[in-house]
Amino acid sequence: MNLGDDLYKEIILDNYKAKKYRRRMDDADISREGANPSCGDDIELFVRLNGDRIEEVTYDGAGCSICLASANMLCTALTGRTLGEARALFDQVRSMLTDADVPDFPEYASDLEAMQGVKAFPVRVKCAMLAWSTLKQVVDEHGAAVG
Amino acid sequence: MPSARTLPLNVSELRTEFPVLSRAMRGKRLAYLDSGATSLKPHSVLEAERAYYEQLSANIHRGVYEFSERATILYDEARTKAAGLINAAAAREVIFTRGTTESINLVGYSWGRKFLKPGDEILTSEFEHHSNIVVWQEVAKATGAVLRFFPLLPHAEGLDTEQLEAAFSERTRLVAITGMSNVTGYKPPIGRIAELAHERGAVVLVDGAQMACHEPVDVQALDIDFLAFSAHKMCGPTGIGVLYGRESLLEAMDPFLYGGDMIERVWKDRSTYAQLPEKFEAGTPHIAGAIGFGAACDFVQDVGLENVAAHERELLEYCVARAEARDDITIYGGTNTEDRGGIFSFNFADVHAHDVGMILDSHGVAVRAGFHCAQPLMRVLGVAGTTRASFYMYTDRSDIDALFDGLDAVRKIFL
Ligand SMILES: Cc1ncc(COP(=O)(O)O)c(C=O)c1O
Repeated sequence: MNLGDDLYKEIILDNYKAKKYRRRMDDADISREGANPSCGDDIELFVRLNGDRIEEVTYDGAGCSICLASANMLCTALTGRTLGEARALFDQVRSMLTDADVPDFPEYASDLEAMQGVKAFPVRVKCAMLAWSTLKQVVDEHGAAVG
Repeated sequence: MPSARTLPLNVSELRTEFPVLSRAMRGKRLAYLDSGATSLKPHSVLEAERAYYEQLSANIHRGVYEFSERATILYDEARTKAAGLINAAAAREVIFTRGTTESINLVGYSWGRKFLKPGDEILTSEFEHHSNIVVWQEVAKATGAVLRFFPLLPHAEGLDTEQLEAAFSERTRLVAITGMSNVTGYKPPIGRIAELAHERGAVVLVDGAQMACHEPVDVQALDIDFLAFSAHKMCGPTGIGVLYGRESLLEAMDPFLYGGDMIERVWKDRSTYAQLPEKFEAGTPHIAGAIGFGAACDFVQDVGLENVAAHERELLEYCVARAEARDDITIYGGTNTEDRGGIFSFNFADVHAHDVGMILDSHGVAVRAGFHCAQPLMRVLGVAGTTRASFYMYTDRSDIDALFDGLDAVRKIFL
């Protein structure tokens, strides 16, 4: 095993292959597309809200394993969470990937730590961030409306 | 005069001339399979650039002292060498630019916007790099000209040569076509296209970014009007390239950029412009780059571009044969190695090209993954991207073996 192979930790591959949340949602309150022009990742996020709580969040699209695993992890972590919690988690994921901060994720989101290795590969950070950046746009728009 | 080395290429000897090849990547032997993006640089090119900065450093043209005069001579010699490389009729038909992209833009602005009329047609292909499509989209927008595309064979294995002629119309004014696809290595029949174009009075621009570096090119024999190419893909520095233009066309065009060095006389309210090639070279050029490029022209001609083409062809055959022996690789552009340069585009099972590229990287294998600045072709192929291995004179079989060993690792992780 070396650095690159090591990045493909089981948690990441499991999330990539499981595709538990990889589906379109017909009754979504919000859907939002996000693309990464430099590498062709292209996803759509679907969110169903109940007040400021995320009842359900799913994704669909095409992308590399890092991008899609990250999207799946996002859905796993945020189902049932508030928009405020989503925003806080976004900040933590971003600082883990871009500022080299050691993350201190809440228990329900601890799987996200597996993404730490991506930091060593600057070109892949965008892939890991895509779902999160897309989510942030949703939160920025709807968090204000609800809050 | 450069003398061609004897066939076959002595690749292991050649490799010692490229300093990067002695470095490890991610702790592994470097298998550099990304020459389609940019080639490695040999000592002689690095030395030529360095010598200019160390021994002269002076600006060209205006100096009245020895070092400036010497720099001017070297700069002019580089132009003569570039002209010789493509057999231009005169050195003044060679304009130095920043590279292929700028060369095509120059033609777009100075020829396209001046001469194209509403309803005129620009004929191009879905094989083009974005630099040979986006420029023409903008020219079409500005002039009312229309973009048309040559029909392709199924699976983008090439242009449909039976329908070449039918793609032309009364209104075809320009054919903008690649000399070699940077995605599949496909080489359109440029000579035939130029013949058809000229029968109809159309002008032919060839994007030679992948062509001029991998095979001998003779602009007079091909009878083409413009050829754009970049030094950095043929052992030269980045930031310098060529627009070759037929003299009568360059004469009829307006300047592209305005300012110093491209003028003849300047009054308060008007100016007259310099002769070719200075007319198209405003401002201080990339002098060191041009001199390095001159050394690169010597280098590739010394190796012999026909030898390079033959060597790459052999590598491609080896690579395609190895890929065809497996069930996990989809090859793009067909398995025919005729009319193809040393480029091998593929996908590995249903694994995303970035994942493939990243695992290969960790094994010391440098490839490119993505849409290769060719989104229209990706749409024809029905994929978001591919992994691309591209070869050059210094590529050897162990590089290709490293690629396939790396793919075994991808298999272990993903399948
Ligand atoms: C076919 C083709 N055309 C144009 C270009 C653009 O060349 P440059 O980036 O040097 O301007 C490239 C480079 O990738 C290419 O492969």
